Amino acid sequence: MIHSTVLLIPAFREAGRVGDVVREVQRLDLGLDVLVIDDGSPDETASEAEAAGATVLRHPFNLGYGSALHTGYCYAHRQGYARVVQMDADGQHEAAMLPRLLEALEQGVDVAIGSRYLENSPPPTSVVRRLGTRLFAWIASRWVGHRITDPTSGFQGLSQRALASVCNDGFPEDYPDTDVLVEHHRRGLAIAEVPVRMHARKGGVSMHRGARIAYYGYKMLVTLLLLPIRRPTPLRRRDSVARLS
Amino acid sequence: MSGCLLRAAALVDLEPLPERQRLVALIFAVCMVTAVFELVRRRKLREEYSMVWVATALALAVLAVNHDLLITLSRWIGAASSVSTLFFGALLFLLALVLQFSVRLTRLTHRNRTLGQRLALLEEEVQRLRRERKAAPPEPSLRKKAGASQDEVA
Repeated sequence: MIHSTVLLIPAFREAGRVGDVVREVQRLDLGLDVLVIDDGSPDETASEAEAAGATVLRHPFNLGYGSALHTGYCYAHRQGYARVVQMDADGQHEAAMLPRLLEALEQGVDVAIGSRYLENSPPPTSVVRRLGTRLFAWIASRWVGHRITDPTSGFQGLSQRALASVCNDGFPEDYPDTDVLVEHHRRGLAIAEVPVRMHARKGGVSMHRGARIAYYGYKMLVTLLLLPIRRPTPLRRRDSVARLS
Repeated sequence: MSGCLLRAAALVDLEPLPERQRLVALIFAVCMVTAVFELVRRRKLREEYSMVWVATALALAVLAVNHDLLITLSRWIGAASSVSTLFFGALLFLLALVLQFSVRLTRLTHRNRTLGQRLALLEEEVQRLRRERKAAPPEPSLRKKAGASQDEVA
């Protein structure tokens, strides 16, 4: 049976975790098609997800979290899905919270963000990350015009309108968060946060670690600074991945 | 103020390059062109990338042979000696080259990404179609009909 909503799960080196995540979603029977995008993992991520019953897209090599998401968006666009929800493969996001995102989309929101800061106590993180999140939450709130508490959350739902906008080839290949939110707002999409519970990751490697945090801060500031005057995509076509050949 | 500076620069007495330095620069330029052509011959360097190297070697050779040009250029950029003009030129050349490579690298990275993504999507599609065909192979009568309609068109 083809559903109108697809759940995207980008995964890199998540063998041992991704299978549980997929099975948990299917156990809840929310009427979602599950798509795992394996971002060139050297381990059993793809086969584990497939065995759990998900459709799997395999990147031939590691392209980055943003690219994995973008591939998923393009798949959803090509298959004509009406809505997209996305969650992480490492067990940080709880499948039981998905109905909250779906409900927000149902109410006409274009971009529903699952925020760990709205009513629940978030899992502990380092001081640098907490400060960074505060800074970017402040920037996002100022730009969007209402309070955004968790701009780095990868637990999101997108309407078809929002989906058409993120299929653009200019979608960032790493760390798509505050800049993408601001871009959504510039395109006139309605953004709303939904309170969710999150957990500490169940093993594996985080993409926010070590020197990458410094790069993250730099990248986000440069991207936000140039956002109003930047070309939308590096290649001439805006949709070379989403377009059906 | 700027007129003053220009006059001061013009007053600096610029010596032409000593013979030995000119010879070294000339030999270096010839070696550079030879090496670049050899790499192009072995197809280890594309013509596209070789042009900027050959142009630099030629510029070096011309400046080494023609003192007047080098001295005029040194006055123009306000260099204290002719040799530093050559160094300055080399530095500019390297900076431009590295920047150009970064730009090309960015473009290649993006193309690579797009290819990888399209490959992932197409692979999934091929697998899905294969599964579908296995589950329900096309009926022979249908195949014949398709062939007949093609003949009609032809």
